[in-house]
Amino acid sequence: MVVKNQTHKIVILGGGTGGTLTANRLRRHYRNHDVHITVVDQDDHHVYQPALLFVPFGLAHEQEIVRPRHRQLHKDVEFVQQAIDRVDLDRDTVVLEGGRELPYDVLVVATGATLALDETEGLTGPGWNERVFTFYDLAGATALEAALADFDGGKLLVNVVDLPIKCPVAPLEFCFLADWYFNERGIRDKVQITYATPLDGAFTKPVASERLSTLLAEKGVELVTEFNTGEVMGESEDGTGGKLVGYDGRELDFDLAVVVPLHSGAAYVGRSEGLGDDLNFVPTDQHTLQSKARPNVFAIGDATNVPASKAGSVTHFEGEVLVDNIIRFLAGEPLAEGYDGHANCFIETGFGKALLIDFNYDTEPLPGHFPAAVGMPLLKESRLNHLGKLMFQWVYWHALLQGRDIPGIGTTMPENGKDHPTDRTHEEITV
Amino acid sequence: MSTATMAGVEVRLNEEGFFEDPTQWTEDMAVEMAKADGIDTLTDQHWTVIKFMRKEFFEKGTGPTVRVLGKTSGVSVKDLYALFPKGPAKMAARIAGIPKPKGCI
Ligand SMILES: Cc1cc2nc3c(=O)[nH]c(=O)nc-3n(C[C@H](O)[C@H](O)[C@H](O)COP(=O)(O)OP(=O)(O)OC[C@H]3O[C@@H](n4cnc5c(N)ncnc54)[C@H](O)[C@@H]3O)c2cc1C
Repeated sequence: MVVKNQTHKIVILGGGTGGTLTANRLRRHYRNHDVHITVVDQDDHHVYQPALLFVPFGLAHEQEIVRPRHRQLHKDVEFVQQAIDRVDLDRDTVVLEGGRELPYDVLVVATGATLALDETEGLTGPGWNERVFTFYDLAGATALEAALADFDGGKLLVNVVDLPIKCPVAPLEFCFLADWYFNERGIRDKVQITYATPLDGAFTKPVASERLSTLLAEKGVELVTEFNTGEVMGESEDGTGGKLVGYDGRELDFDLAVVVPLHSGAAYVGRSEGLGDDLNFVPTDQHTLQSKARPNVFAIGDATNVPASKAGSVTHFEGEVLVDNIIRFLAGEPLAEGYDGHANCFIETGFGKALLIDFNYDTEPLPGHFPAAVGMPLLKESRLNHLGKLMFQWVYWHALLQGRDIPGIGTTMPENGKDHPTDRTHEEITV
Repeated sequence: MSTATMAGVEVRLNEEGFFEDPTQWTEDMAVEMAKADGIDTLTDQHWTVIKFMRKEFFEKGTGPTVRVLGKTSGVSVKDLYALFPKGPAKMAARIAGIPKPKGCI
């Protein structure tokens, strides 16, 4: 056996939520001469993405939600600003655009999800950023702010093309906030809001789906289900409105469309033989976060194919398990099956209120309280949850990205405080 | 769970009519199920999709979504809807005798 003091090279692809918190956690664990940590990202603008929801309504602005990426990283983490060209799994090497190579002992894929705008016919054609928008990136959210401000009435259509998408509740939140926004402007009665989803209900999980459908109805938002967008026509022949055409032939007219486009993994994943699946997500063990591609390749956050929401909270909970397993891997120990699919999302419902949902691979979002019997109400509108959502930006920059545990919020989902359907009558759940 | 007789054989189905055990499936059953769903004859293109879905299921443990089917089966999403009007992933999975493809969360 050879025992020598070697410095392990850990390369982290992506300096967003997952890459940053992983780098900072690892850096705190290891001494500098034990591991060298490199984070690669194509740009130096870290966007607090949950706030993109608020930008169209003038409730958040670019300068408050963007910070330099390198500044969020521990000073002893190397930051390389360059686009990734591909990963050569057989040579344990990352190739950057321009040709620079980064060899690794352990690789972490944290390059998130990208918007596959081109995959939907007509989406970026006539009317794009004039009558057809997305709020899923900063440029789109900013352009939409101006368009909403100019909107004096008509049909607002909110559409999710297909899952998976980041933060699957965000399009619903957009509807709730639009209801509030047009109320504030005194023109709610002139605006018809429609939510068209490919799902057979408002959300993927039954109890929450029912609660959210009720909320949509209460706020006068029309719900169109099982709508599979085939084509976006952003301009009609007479130049007035546009329409979405479903694959089944159904048509939905709009004056303003807010479309959440298809998501894929980063394009370089597709160029890296053996790394990704058909949608460029990385097949990953859902409990250990080790990739199926190679034992020394791990993945976190939106880049993986694990059956959890693509959310910052998921990324945060995964971070602790991932870092523990990288440490085990480098020490030659077996990995821990520590991740249970825990997700925790605030759902902004407008008028200064929000809902909270908490769930994992096995337990769907249920009513009750979080994190225990006394705490924030689950699946129920409250001001406390809204304040929680607002406070989260502070927590994100100061605790989550730093890779610190958030007091009172553990990696595994708390059972305590949840009311399972058998404990309650059906009626109580939907109040 | 329930049982149904297809092509003279008793098969186990879940509440939504998907096969509990994909190995019970035969091509004759597919023809019967397609008829019941309004597809009078299964064309070569239908069979391409059905066989592709079964292959994916046995390799990966879950059937492909419509989007993945459109990218990998050689049949475009538009054509998939023409072939299986009630929603390609669900309808084709049922006829192919595999469980409903796992949706995303
Ligand atoms: C509108 C919206 C609202 C949201 N709301 C919430 C919410 O309320 N709660 C919640 O928990 N989550 C929310 N999310 C989701 C959350 O932001 C993401 O799940 C989280 O940021 C995922 O982290 P990540 O590290 O996987 O990806 P990201 O943080 O997106 O980081 C990926 C990084 O990889 C880089 N990259 C990609 N390709 C390359 C390449 N080829 N070369 C170099 N670098 C590359 C990118 O530049 C990026 O910095 C929301 C997202 C959106 C869009």
